[in-house]
Amino acid sequence: MNRLYAELQWLPRPPKDYPERLKSLGSSTGPLGNELRALASNGLDLNQLTRLANAIGRLRADGKSLSPLIPFRLAVLSNSTIDMMVPALVASSARHGVALEVIQPSYDQVAQEALKPDSKVNSSRPDAVLFSLDYRGLPLKLSFGDREAASTTVQGALDYLKTLRDGIKSVSNAICIFQTLAPPPETLFGSLDLGLPGTMRNLISGINCELAAFVLGSGDVLLDVAALAETVGLADWHNPNLWNMAKLAFSDELIPIYTDHVARTIAAIRGKSRKVLVLDLDDTIWGGVIGDDGIEGIRVAEGDAVGEAHRAVQRQALDLRQRGIVLAVSSKNTDEIARAPFEKHPEMLLKLEHIAVFQANWNDKATNLKAIAEELSLGLDSMVFLDDNPAERGLVRSLVPEVAVPELPEDPAYYARTLAAAGYFEAVAFAPEDLKRAAFYQDNAKRANLQKQAGGVDAYLASLDMTISFQPFDTTGRARIVQLINKSNQYNLTTRRYTNPEVRAAEEDPGIFTLQVRLEDIFGDNGMISVVICRPANAGVWDIDTWLMSCRVLGRKVEHMVLREILEHARKAGIRKLTGTYLPTGRNEIVANHYAGLGFVKVDEDVFGTTRWELLVEGANPELAPMKVVSQGFEVAQ
Amino acid sequence: MDEPQIYARLTDIFHDVFDDDSIVVTPALAATNMDGWDSLGHIRLMLTVEKAFRIRFSTTEISRLEKVGDLVEMIRTRT
Repeated sequence: MNRLYAELQWLPRPPKDYPERLKSLGSSTGPLGNELRALASNGLDLNQLTRLANAIGRLRADGKSLSPLIPFRLAVLSNSTIDMMVPALVASSARHGVALEVIQPSYDQVAQEALKPDSKVNSSRPDAVLFSLDYRGLPLKLSFGDREAASTTVQGALDYLKTLRDGIKSVSNAICIFQTLAPPPETLFGSLDLGLPGTMRNLISGINCELAAFVLGSGDVLLDVAALAETVGLADWHNPNLWNMAKLAFSDELIPIYTDHVARTIAAIRGKSRKVLVLDLDDTIWGGVIGDDGIEGIRVAEGDAVGEAHRAVQRQALDLRQRGIVLAVSSKNTDEIARAPFEKHPEMLLKLEHIAVFQANWNDKATNLKAIAEELSLGLDSMVFLDDNPAERGLVRSLVPEVAVPELPEDPAYYARTLAAAGYFEAVAFAPEDLKRAAFYQDNAKRANLQKQAGGVDAYLASLDMTISFQPFDTTGRARIVQLINKSNQYNLTTRRYTNPEVRAAEEDPGIFTLQVRLEDIFGDNGMISVVICRPANAGVWDIDTWLMSCRVLGRKVEHMVLREILEHARKAGIRKLTGTYLPTGRNEIVANHYAGLGFVKVDEDVFGTTRWELLVEGANPELAPMKVVSQGFEVAQ
Repeated sequence: MDEPQIYARLTDIFHDVFDDDSIVVTPALAATNMDGWDSLGHIRLMLTVEKAFRIRFSTTEISRLEKVGDLVEMIRTRT
């Protein structure tokens, strides 16, 4: 079973307290749509979907409002048992912003229900009717090698479906949703089956083609179950045991992906599909960090496996733009540095002209996404945000839950597939005007000016459950320390490069205070993220020779905690004053105000922009950030 | 896997499948004496057990199984 699809891996796993959260829904008084949608937006299995649907049923029975979910009535006609599927349909629809009510006639009453004006389905006036039929629900007569008979069979199947449609349409305006047929994996002749008229595979292939063409012209809607089944694997899709035992048309483990496909189709019918794709840059659309690796160092070239993985994301974004999806960028970067690859890198597929709103700054991404939505005059619920960094994804999910944020696997080779599998941009019709939509929004978008700060960041930081660990330099950490010292360009106060022997000398000199800093959070271990070297200056003074940090943990208040640690050791060593320097390099603008933000006082500035700062140890009390502190390996100060 | 471990996991599974956290899983618990344990619930239960314990039941086994005690015995001999 392919887990990406079977387990809906673009969705986060459900929280540990999922059953409790379902239970507590009943005690809320306001409309519950947003909470339901949030719960549904996890990778739920069949049992978890069923529990959510039961909870929705109880809320409905109690007369609670499900707003802002959009009500939708769907009748399902099937030749198989759908009882197990119906709750999953209701829960999956909440994920896509729809409060679904399912009208379910008795088992295998397809023709009666469609054709009789006073049937349960017709009298209930559904918004849409889903013909959930598989190959066993259509009159398919095998006729090997007989082209004419085969064509009659295909036409017969189509005529049957059209008759059902006419039955529904004669009573109401309900939209008819037809399914293509998933061919069973068993062949008769082998590969010959596809071309030989009258075999099962040949008939099904003919019906699927004709049905797709018919639906495109009739204004009905197609659910391409054949494509879904082929994607997950026909042998996994068809489960003979479950058919024999319970008349389930396909494997129970694939009910969640099937119902998600139905739900995204319904959302598309109601115009709720997403319209904007917001891209992170570093390690998302190219490999590496532009601020550190530079334009020559980022990986986006054909012929390099990592580069090709990121190119595939770019190509997918470009294809989406061509069909009318608006593209935007949100990156933690200095604006000019972030734009440089778009302007100068020959292997970049995406150019600035493709990006409607380009946000490269150091604000948190929730604030940036709100600004992008405002700039485009589109709702947050029309946006998808693609980012390789789990902490950024978590922040956006918690602060702007309306934005869809796919989980991404470790390997960038699967980024493009994962984004496509999520089906955010499902469409049920095609209009040539769609092609112009991206350009339209782009013309209207001015560059958003972001000075606002988002609320709620502190609460989010606390939820990250961070542990920061401090150690002096040691043999084990040395290789990474040397690497950070020689690679970090952006969050680096002095950009002084040191060789391995020089770092070792600092490590062994008892007069020099050194720090290597690691950070863990709920997403895992970020590894070593900061390095500090303080050298003794005048009596009672430490001069901060080196202070650098990985931009990955920007905005976590790590620098405040690092300063607290330095101060603690300074006090023990009888130090009265810390001094620090900011040496501008053209790439480290982001730390120009580093010392000011930490309460240092500026004592000098030269014509090159170099600034000198100092802080009295006594009375200094930098902000305490919500993280656990582990400090180990330090000698008692002399 | 020993019996107490199997019962502990089965308890979670019953709560999940039948959406009722008050169910107490005992050897005598059976489709005939438990509300909600209907034919589709039975299939959902068996499929969830298969997945959780990484075992497979045959069609005959699924249709014959009636009470928890027998289910535990089947799991115990296969894990």
